[in-house]
Amino acid sequence: MTTAEPAVRLRGVTKVYDGGVAALGPLDLDIARGAFVSLLGPSGCGKSTALRLIAGLAAPSTGAVEVARAAAPGAVGFVFQEPTLMPWASVRDNVYLPLRLAGVARRAAMPRVEAMLARVGLADFTEAVPRELSGGMKMRVSLARALVTEPDILLLDEPFAALDEITRFRLNNDLLALWRDLGKTIVFVTHSVFESVYLSQRVLVMTARPGRISATFAIAGPEPRGEAFRTSPDYAAQCRAVSAALAGAGEDPSREGVR
Amino acid sequence: MTAGAGGRHPARLVLPFAALAASLVAWDLIVRLNDLPPYVLPGPGLVLATLVQDWAILWQSLAITLVTTFEGFAAATVIGLALAVLFSQSKWLEYCFFPYAVILQVTPVIAIAPLLLIYLPQQLAVVTCAGIVAFFPVLSNATLGLNSADRNLVGLFTLYRASRWQTLRYLRWPAALPAIMGGLRIAGGLSLIGAVVAEIAAGAAGSGSGLAYRIAESGYRLNIPRMFAALLLLSIAGIVIYMALALVSHLVLRRWHESALGKDM
Ligand SMILES: Nc1ncnc2c1ncn2[C@@H]1O[C@H](COP(=O)(O)OP(=O)(O)OP(=O)(O)O)[C@@H](O)[C@H]1O
Ligand SMILES: [Mg+2]
Repeated sequence: MTTAEPAVRLRGVTKVYDGGVAALGPLDLDIARGAFVSLLGPSGCGKSTALRLIAGLAAPSTGAVEVARAAAPGAVGFVFQEPTLMPWASVRDNVYLPLRLAGVARRAAMPRVEAMLARVGLADFTEAVPRELSGGMKMRVSLARALVTEPDILLLDEPFAALDEITRFRLNNDLLALWRDLGKTIVFVTHSVFESVYLSQRVLVMTARPGRISATFAIAGPEPRGEAFRTSPDYAAQCRAVSAALAGAGEDPSREGVR
Repeated sequence: MTAGAGGRHPARLVLPFAALAASLVAWDLIVRLNDLPPYVLPGPGLVLATLVQDWAILWQSLAITLVTTFEGFAAATVIGLALAVLFSQSKWLEYCFFPYAVILQVTPVIAIAPLLLIYLPQQLAVVTCAGIVAFFPVLSNATLGLNSADRNLVGLFTLYRASRWQTLRYLRWPAALPAIMGGLRIAGGLSLIGAVVAEIAAGAAGSGSGLAYRIAESGYRLNIPRMFAALLLLSIAGIVIYMALALVSHLVLRRWHESALGKDM
């Protein structure tokens, strides 16, 4: 794994929406290959916007977004805040979707689809439709769908925000295990300090709208991380530091972009 | 909601029939007590007897009307869905041509029918009328449905570089199915109405032998019981069409859409 060329590079990126809302930036950002980075910020600060720009779902108003291998379909996996599954399709077909769109024949795709469903613990639910699943299971389907193309970069937009704490903790651990096993670059958007510190190598704290990066924390923790880390004083101390930075960012006085 | 979930409670099945029986008895009593002659108001027994007695004629007419209805409905479905798909591919096409669909919709078909009967062979004109009436709900519902796919799912398809065709086939079309089914259910009943209206217009022009023509003809001959019998057949045909389409809709949507799910699911 080379660290020379970053997986994601943002230079002077801003986004102004049609209505004149300055949502983001200017933002400069390098995300190394294989890194687990969290974007942390108050609601409405432009986190989703940043993620959509990285995914290429929206174009920046100014600046440049470079994503390694982004031209290859399936190189970027995206998990939305809601599960965003096709309600008419079975779990299997939902996960098959990215491969189907890439022209992979059903027979050739099924082993990969099934392996990924087993990976997220849904091997017994391949024929279920989304409404027959719990919220956490839907989220795992969404995760499996993002992973099935073996993307280089995984973009997650507050994927576990709507879940209860127990489920969230379990999915956090699942995600960490996936990251360790598969070595993807992960950009994780959240508004939870605790989640960001627990999961990531690096936490980027954003200011209120228009979002810029106000502080960067390199999180030190044992590898692999687990429940022991979550209850350690070390973890608590780092959460406190990030929290303080977030509170400071929230009342940033230099909000020149707001109209 | 309609075909699937209902009917579990016995009262829901029994009550409508009880109400029907009561109104039939009331009808019969009114006719008997007032000693009304059949050309003013035939009793239910006489209507039924006429239905049986004239069955050969009425059945033939019903078949003709149903064929017209079905052809009009099929044409409306094919053309409506095709246009909706085109509109979903190009906003410009939609802006250019949707107004004409609205014009066709707001112009009463009874006013268009005589014109069509001049320009087209009779059977084709009648089918066209049925189609015109049924076409708008198909088009407008399908257009709405095709445009209401989840925004994030559309984003996902973009992310995976889906072609227009793939987006239509795997996302927009299935997402539109509930709306399309709703449109078809309305269109089924409307195409029957369109067929009847056109038959009446054509009947005045001379030939024709559909059920509506029978009604008009019986009217001229003051054969009121037969009018009632034909009317009864028309209503039953309408109900059957609606229920058949509701059933199709239920079968298509049953696994995933809220409208087709029982309460306890
Ligand atoms: N499509 C849009 N059109 C206009 N303005 C938008 C659009 N999307 C977002 N915005 C604005 O941009 C700002 C940033 O939105 P964004 O969704 O990126 O916030 P966020 O950080 O993800 O918030 P949250 O944590 O609540 O999800 C918001 O203030 C919002 O009003
Ligand atoms: Mg957001």
